[in-house]
Amino acid sequence: MLTFLALASVVLLGIVPEQSQAIVIYTGWERHALLGSDIRLSCSFFSWRWTSEDVTFSWTYRPDGSRDSISIFHYTGGVAYVDNKGPFRDRLEFVGNPGRRDGSILLKNLEFSDNGTFTCDAKNPPDIVGRPSSVRLLVFEKVPIQAGVITGAIIGVVLGLLVLIVVIYYLMRFLVARRVFSLSVSKHGKKKKEGSQQRQGPAPPADPSKVKAAASEKKKQESRKDKK
Amino acid sequence: MLLILLGVLILHLIILILLFVSTAASAWSVGGVRSTDLWYNCMTTSEGYHCKPASSDDWIQAVQALMILSLLFCFFSLIAFVFQLFKLVKGGRFFFTAIFQILASVFVMCGAIIYTVMSPEDQTITHFGYAYVLAWVAFPLCLISGLIYIVLRKKE
Repeated sequence: MLTFLALASVVLLGIVPEQSQAIVIYTGWERHALLGSDIRLSCSFFSWRWTSEDVTFSWTYRPDGSRDSISIFHYTGGVAYVDNKGPFRDRLEFVGNPGRRDGSILLKNLEFSDNGTFTCDAKNPPDIVGRPSSVRLLVFEKVPIQAGVITGAIIGVVLGLLVLIVVIYYLMRFLVARRVFSLSVSKHGKKKKEGSQQRQGPAPPADPSKVKAAASEKKKQESRKDKK
Repeated sequence: MLLILLGVLILHLIILILLFVSTAASAWSVGGVRSTDLWYNCMTTSEGYHCKPASSDDWIQAVQALMILSLLFCFFSLIAFVFQLFKLVKGGRFFFTAIFQILASVFVMCGAIIYTVMSPEDQTITHFGYAYVLAWVAFPLCLISGLIYIVLRKKE
């Protein structure tokens, strides 16, 4: 299926005129970052042509609320030119790999004034027709907590504790009953049976279900005694 | 005996309904055309009724969690009451029912207190809404109901 698609696209490329060969540029949609941190804005492109030596990348920046954009980065002829006069002087670094169609830049030490839209435009001669892609940068003082995270956490913890307490309670009851039962079976002497009965006697009947269990245990032991 | 049982059950159902309305309705703070918390922040304009999700601050999420937990615990205590009604030994106390009901009342109290202390100071919000009042009404009723369950014994 994939090979069929590839063949069909190659055939179409030969037949169809050049305006369908457009370069497609990919950046993120929105990026969130903390004040003072660094962020990597990625930009890559897709082109039907091989990556040429004259490939160019350029980044422009438009602050929030402004209508003008300013050019902050340009890569051409194998050399990267970073902003040395504008708002990002000494804070911009080229971390991309043009040979691999990656034109990403690194913004260091973010400020609140860096909120805005960054547009990446890449050209791969002769494939130069394409639409630039924009990524929006949002700088936060602290990362906002998503709605419902704390709610779910509190509910989950309390319900989990409840389930844990109920399980432990029934487990303890089960173990205590089992321990009493196995003790009277393993040691055959009357003394041991009286000892286990004495242990059951002074137990406070605070819980009616515990009283029930103790009563049924007593009945079982009495019936066993009678049988003997 | 049957009358007491019926009365206690009706009180429990009333508390459950109060908690449910208080948790579900988004009317903890109101003011003129706005009505906000716990879930939605709504405004009535000339065009209609616009709602956006309430702010996701830590304390609002805590109040949401506490109200939902109190509702769940009140519901569990109702189930425990019905269960213990049929399975309890003669002369026994409604232990589990009382525990869950008292926990539910504690959760409502905590939620209402947190909301009272941290509620936002906004010019358009003038006073507390009916859902907030219902939460404060449900708290003492729930506590009284829990205490009744502690005192109540299964007779006959």
